[in-house]
Amino acid sequence: MSSKLIDLTQAAALIPNGATLSLGGFTTQRHPMAFVYELIRLGRKDLYLFGHSPGGDWDILIGAGRVKRVELAYEADEAFGTVGPCWRRAVERGQIEWEDYSNFTMVLRFAAGAMGIPFMPTRSLLGSDLLQQQALTQEQRRADPRTSPLKFHVMDSPFGTADRVVLVPAIRTDFAVLHVQKATPSGIIRIEGQTFADVVQALSAQTVIVTAEEIVDDVELRREPERNPLPFFVVNHVCHVPFGAHPYAVYSYYDYDPRQLKAYHQSAADESSFRAYLDRFVTGVRDHAAYLQAVGGAERLAGLKADPAFGYSPSLKRRRLD
Amino acid sequence: MAATPYSLTELMAVTAAHEIVDGEIVFAGTGLPMLGVMLAQLTHAPNCCIVFEAGTVGSRLAHLPMSVGDPRALRQAASAAGLFEVFNYVLQAGRVDVGFLSGAQVDRFGNINSTSIGRDPRHPTVRFSGSGGACDIACLATRTIIIAKHEKRRFPEKVDYITSPGWLEGGDSRARAGLVRGGPSSVVTTMGVMRFRPTTRAIYLASYHPGLSPQALAENTGFPLDVTGATETSTPTPEELSILREVVDPERVFLN
Repeated sequence: MSSKLIDLTQAAALIPNGATLSLGGFTTQRHPMAFVYELIRLGRKDLYLFGHSPGGDWDILIGAGRVKRVELAYEADEAFGTVGPCWRRAVERGQIEWEDYSNFTMVLRFAAGAMGIPFMPTRSLLGSDLLQQQALTQEQRRADPRTSPLKFHVMDSPFGTADRVVLVPAIRTDFAVLHVQKATPSGIIRIEGQTFADVVQALSAQTVIVTAEEIVDDVELRREPERNPLPFFVVNHVCHVPFGAHPYAVYSYYDYDPRQLKAYHQSAADESSFRAYLDRFVTGVRDHAAYLQAVGGAERLAGLKADPAFGYSPSLKRRRLD
Repeated sequence: MAATPYSLTELMAVTAAHEIVDGEIVFAGTGLPMLGVMLAQLTHAPNCCIVFEAGTVGSRLAHLPMSVGDPRALRQAASAAGLFEVFNYVLQAGRVDVGFLSGAQVDRFGNINSTSIGRDPRHPTVRFSGSGGACDIACLATRTIIIAKHEKRRFPEKVDYITSPGWLEGGDSRARAGLVRGGPSSVVTTMGVMRFRPTTRAIYLASYHPGLSPQALAENTGFPLDVTGATETSTPTPEELSILREVVDPERVFLN
């Protein structure tokens, strides 16, 4: 079987301007951050992002001015930052197009795309302004095939009376990019801990790129196939990227980096200090290895190492950092 | 400030924990709900089952998670998968007894806004994170508990945006919207606990925290608050406070 291994820069270069894209992970874990930084270095722009609860992966892309439109449920780092600072600023200044859904309904939309059906029904959203308000106009929707022509459709079940459901439209993206614990050159992947919505995001994309902490042999992952959530042939490209989710956590590998997250949120609160952060950690460094040096190198990273008994670092200080 | 044996945040966390019944399946979010549910599990509700939307069921938390997707949320979990499994098979199917919610604004029918401030959400004066799973929890949990800091601006007559539907306009409006179950049972704040009348779903003050008066609550609420019959909130026990401070949040991540 031919190898799907390519390097990170080659993989990021596959994404054209204007691509539709989803990124794996959930708020503070397993975002493909190294890939995101590389996209920024390559100057990619006008991206259409689809997600449920992204964090700094989207926020830094938005802050760098690379995002045209997003469909989402949530944009924040939870207790590390209750709103994405660049996301907030972009909305308040009218610099981004977006549509609001909920986590459940975004996941159902990916699931519909993953199954090759046009929509999924749900009992959520009823009574909320997610149904009463639309951030994208009908003109914006009609003008761009990358967005569904309708946000949703409410109907009564054909199988019973007064049984109302909301249909949410399928998502099919050009690309999905995941960061996982292990992958093989043939495209088998192993996710440890929560899977979030990575599986349906991958299955609803035309092209799937996986960055992994470790590249391992087929033999190792074929020993327990029930722990490998995706058909290997769905994965198109595999990159070996240790610490590829920093400053976010990867279960059983390393914890999130509270100092870096604090630095990000402090910097991103203001446009000019955000620019300085971007220059210092992304555009001003050559590659991922140089990024890891810039954030403190081996010493800092060793301090984040997961304790095998916990899957995270039980002694890590999250709030009182000094 | 005069020395008090506990802070209002601590009292709010303990009061929230009291809302959980042993054996219940609890859907919790980040922050004060996590403090409440972790405390409940370590005190009166050892058999409550903690569900996090990012994919875990039955966690026995050893360290306070910073997010529902934190590796800490996996600690001693009974099962782990992803959002699809938890939202579909646990929440939508009606298996969640109680969900915790919070937001920037809460109105007199327990509708919550965590989306944006301003009349037009396309041009908001302040934008927040957005729903996350809050709308889903509000629609699909058997009951919800709302946690909020008690300030007049956070309790307007009407929220600017209904991210998470409560009793909507009161009466049977929730059922008429097509929602099959649920609705808020209480609003636990830094000043007291509010509940909803059975048929009208009108909000009323059930209890005010020690040292405060019902009038003080009414003055800090942006809608007329029925305070008839309100009693004083029970105070935290020394055991609850010590577990909260020493086991649940020793780093004082959320406590202050």
